[in-house]
Amino acid sequence: MLRRQTIDYPLLVIALLLTAFGIAMVFSAGQTDVPSPIVGGAWKRQLVFFAVALTGCWIVTRGSVRLFEWSAWPLYVLTCVLLAYLLGFGTGSGTAASTKSWLTIGGRKIGQPAELAKIATVLMLARVLASKRDSFRSLVDMWRPLAVVAVPWVLVMLQPDLGTGLGFIGICFAMLFWAGAPWQLLVMLASPGISLALAFSTGLWGAWFCVLVALVFWYRVWLWEGVVLVLLNAVVGMAAPKLWDSLNPYQQSRILVFTNDPTMDPSGAAYHLNQSQIAIGSGGLFGKGFTAGTQKGLGFLPERHTDFIFSVVGEELGFVGVCVALSLFLALFLRCIRVATRANDAFPSLVACGLAALWLVHVIINIGMTLNLMPVTGIPLPFFSYGGSFLLVCWTAVAILLRISGEGRGKADEVSL
Amino acid sequence: MSHQPNEVHKRARIARSILTLAFVALASAFFRAQILRSEEFALQSETNRLRVVPLPGARATIYDRHGEIIAENLPGYSVSILTPKEDSLRSAMRALARVVNLDSAQQERVVRRFRDAPTRPAVIFSDAPFDVVSVLEEHRMDFPGLIIQSAPKRYYPDGPAVAAFVGYVSEISQQDLLKEKFKEAGYKAGQQVGKAGLELQYETRLRGTEGARFVEVDARNRVVREAGVRPDIAPAAPPPLHTNIDLDLQRYAHSYFGDSLQGAMVALDPNTGAVLALYSAPTYDVNKFIGGVSNEYFNSLRADKRNPLYNKATQGIYPPASTWKLATAAIGLEKGIVTMDTHMPVPCRGGMQIGNRYYKCWDHDGHGDVSLTQAIAKSCDVYFYQLGLKLGLMDLVAGGVKLGFNQRTGIDLPGEFQSRFPDGKAYFDKKYGPRGWNNNFVASMSIGQGDNAQTPLNMAKFYTALAIDGKASTPRIVDTTIIRTDAITLSPEKLKGLQDALGDVVSRGTAAGAQIKGLTIAGKTGTAQNSDASRDHAWFVGYAPVEQPKIVVAVLLEYGLHGTAAAKVATKMMERYLKAKLTLTSITPDG
Repeated sequence: MLRRQTIDYPLLVIALLLTAFGIAMVFSAGQTDVPSPIVGGAWKRQLVFFAVALTGCWIVTRGSVRLFEWSAWPLYVLTCVLLAYLLGFGTGSGTAASTKSWLTIGGRKIGQPAELAKIATVLMLARVLASKRDSFRSLVDMWRPLAVVAVPWVLVMLQPDLGTGLGFIGICFAMLFWAGAPWQLLVMLASPGISLALAFSTGLWGAWFCVLVALVFWYRVWLWEGVVLVLLNAVVGMAAPKLWDSLNPYQQSRILVFTNDPTMDPSGAAYHLNQSQIAIGSGGLFGKGFTAGTQKGLGFLPERHTDFIFSVVGEELGFVGVCVALSLFLALFLRCIRVATRANDAFPSLVACGLAALWLVHVIINIGMTLNLMPVTGIPLPFFSYGGSFLLVCWTAVAILLRISGEGRGKADEVSL
Repeated sequence: MSHQPNEVHKRARIARSILTLAFVALASAFFRAQILRSEEFALQSETNRLRVVPLPGARATIYDRHGEIIAENLPGYSVSILTPKEDSLRSAMRALARVVNLDSAQQERVVRRFRDAPTRPAVIFSDAPFDVVSVLEEHRMDFPGLIIQSAPKRYYPDGPAVAAFVGYVSEISQQDLLKEKFKEAGYKAGQQVGKAGLELQYETRLRGTEGARFVEVDARNRVVREAGVRPDIAPAAPPPLHTNIDLDLQRYAHSYFGDSLQGAMVALDPNTGAVLALYSAPTYDVNKFIGGVSNEYFNSLRADKRNPLYNKATQGIYPPASTWKLATAAIGLEKGIVTMDTHMPVPCRGGMQIGNRYYKCWDHDGHGDVSLTQAIAKSCDVYFYQLGLKLGLMDLVAGGVKLGFNQRTGIDLPGEFQSRFPDGKAYFDKKYGPRGWNNNFVASMSIGQGDNAQTPLNMAKFYTALAIDGKASTPRIVDTTIIRTDAITLSPEKLKGLQDALGDVVSRGTAAGAQIKGLTIAGKTGTAQNSDASRDHAWFVGYAPVEQPKIVVAVLLEYGLHGTAAAKVATKMMERYLKAKLTLTSITPDG
């Protein structure tokens, strides 16, 4: 592996553009009528984080795909241990003060291990899936990859960090799909979740249940596997109300706001969403101008430099700015798929797909949330949201993708999607 | 997994399609919000950040008939505060109370205004004195939501003289805010509204149109930017209100009554019903009522035995006494029972026996055998007892009802009292019981005593009918439309006879002492008995000049002892008005 790598310039340029766009928006988010020292100076710290991330990126690109594969196990074990440690000794921060997501050593916040766990899980999952030679025939066949995801997922959900949990699920399904799992099995795998979501309406849930039973018969899964799956769905459907009661009130209200009218409680749970929609909608075609957003500037927009940063894009740069940002993200994902198809082995291909899926879940949920298309989960927008850990993770992912692309077949720097 | 290129490319195609679909869906959601629903959200964003600071509109100026100012607006200052929550309002006021005088009752009123209209600045002082304004301007930086702006302040240059009809303005009450009428008209807490008199009667015509200034607030409702957020909307004053009042006569009445006389004066133009003056004594300074009267002043007025708060011209009802004899005479003439020359069977010997009671004439010496003309001039009671008996109680009552003695005049002022007069048999049955009254009640009624009490205004209205052609003019302070309704239905000759008799009252009758050189006056005195037997009320109702009546004046002097006292006041009023009028016409240049 001493031959000189060609750099996947389109991928690098897209990632740089997204980060520059993001830092500009973090800067704008800090320009408020009543200055806030924390948010106001965020863009400078984000610039420092970016410098660190670029350095990290350069270091990671020095490693080979083989090294990534080798490091999957130790990384995975390390993050799982860290996540378990957090459950006992983690500290909260900012708006998520009640969750134990921060690793603190000697009173200094080091970072959020959950971000590292995202990469580690992708690598580990890719390793496990790549080592499986034959294709999946049943759900039981999937136990190894499922177990790989389940361990960090459970640890993260115990923090609780719903957003990262959703990220793991997205990674899991995308990589199973990329590994060639039949769609019927994926649907069956998702069935308990779908049952849970549909449990509020007996009719819908009943219809879904019939579809599931038909699918089980048609696909001819193992008898006991089918029985367990159907029973599991029935139990989930019936236990859903109890599960609902066990949720925190804030979680309940977020879901209620999402499924019902966002204007129903304009001062409480729906306030953020409502203000975000007003910010985006009032931006119109060309926006109110960079740094000139009133919803942002006057403090109506909550979490404007982190979770709701895309609302600032919508308000200040309008539909045009939104389309530019969305196009950059779409280009990033299509480029990732190109990297995955060009990879010369199953492991790098799966890693590329997993990293893309990781970003995709964040992008869809975060951007969807600003318009109430997705429930509010407090998940950051890659390259945009202020935060060191996540920027570092994103650029590590970029580095891994650059390396995979460089080692892949064909020309890495060809401009095509 | 299988890493066969064919399969990988197949999956890549699926993945690309799903991705593209997802992004198109996202983009269309943004298209819907930012393009299709953009206006709706833009409006919400503006409502979020903009607060309307109302600029109070000046009320219309009120003028008298010659263009003199009755009510105007002076520049003043209002202080209000924009706060997000009641808590912050309270703490802001506690801080303000350290700098200016703001007691807890005032603070509560501010909180109440805030609750009534939370998005508007809560008014702290609607009319802040200059020292308060200058102190607050100094401390402006300490109170971020404080708004000090000029606000027109109502002022009545002749406050005490015009108190009886002009009314006053004050902050709209909470009860009024709940009323449909005020809600529909868009009244808001803290605004000024007419509370009495013309200010109340013509509120919709006088009310100024509020303007608006826009300030920008942040999510915590703190004022971030004050100027240039959006162009101001200037307040607008409605066109002035022109009245029929003659301010000179009104002032004259005020100076003439002074502190010594108490009662009421009404002056009408008999041809149009225009109210030339309307005065109630003692009066009060209506300027002290603007924006809320002080307890001290209000209680001193309430404690005054002479009832200054009570409008004696429209709300005081007094037995009309001899001034009502003209009504008895008119009813008799209408029925054809008497002519102006008819003599009664019993000549006046200072009284007469009716049934089992002896009815006295006011003049113990008696008037002898008199005609109706002489009876009016001398105000002979005995003559009218007999005329009443000839008419009968029911005919007299019916005639009185026809002449409007049981109705309000319909003047354009709120709170006019209804005069007290029987409306038929049922009235007596109800008041005295079916067997508690008899036809002899007519004797008292025929001389304007008994179950008869009239406002000075209603008596003046009756005399507008006597003065001209039998049609009564409805008194109007503002409207120029003339309302004249049939009252006395007599032939012109018969009416002339009554008018001549009235003229005799002043030229050689009971009011002879009140003659004015060069002015022909007709009218009738009255001396009304009341509960305080030793101190009768004095009446005079009349008009001038006799040949072409231009003014009807009704004067009532409480405890004025005899009608001649009232006659002196009334004739002075007539003189003032008519002479003043002459002067005015004489200075009008030809062409």
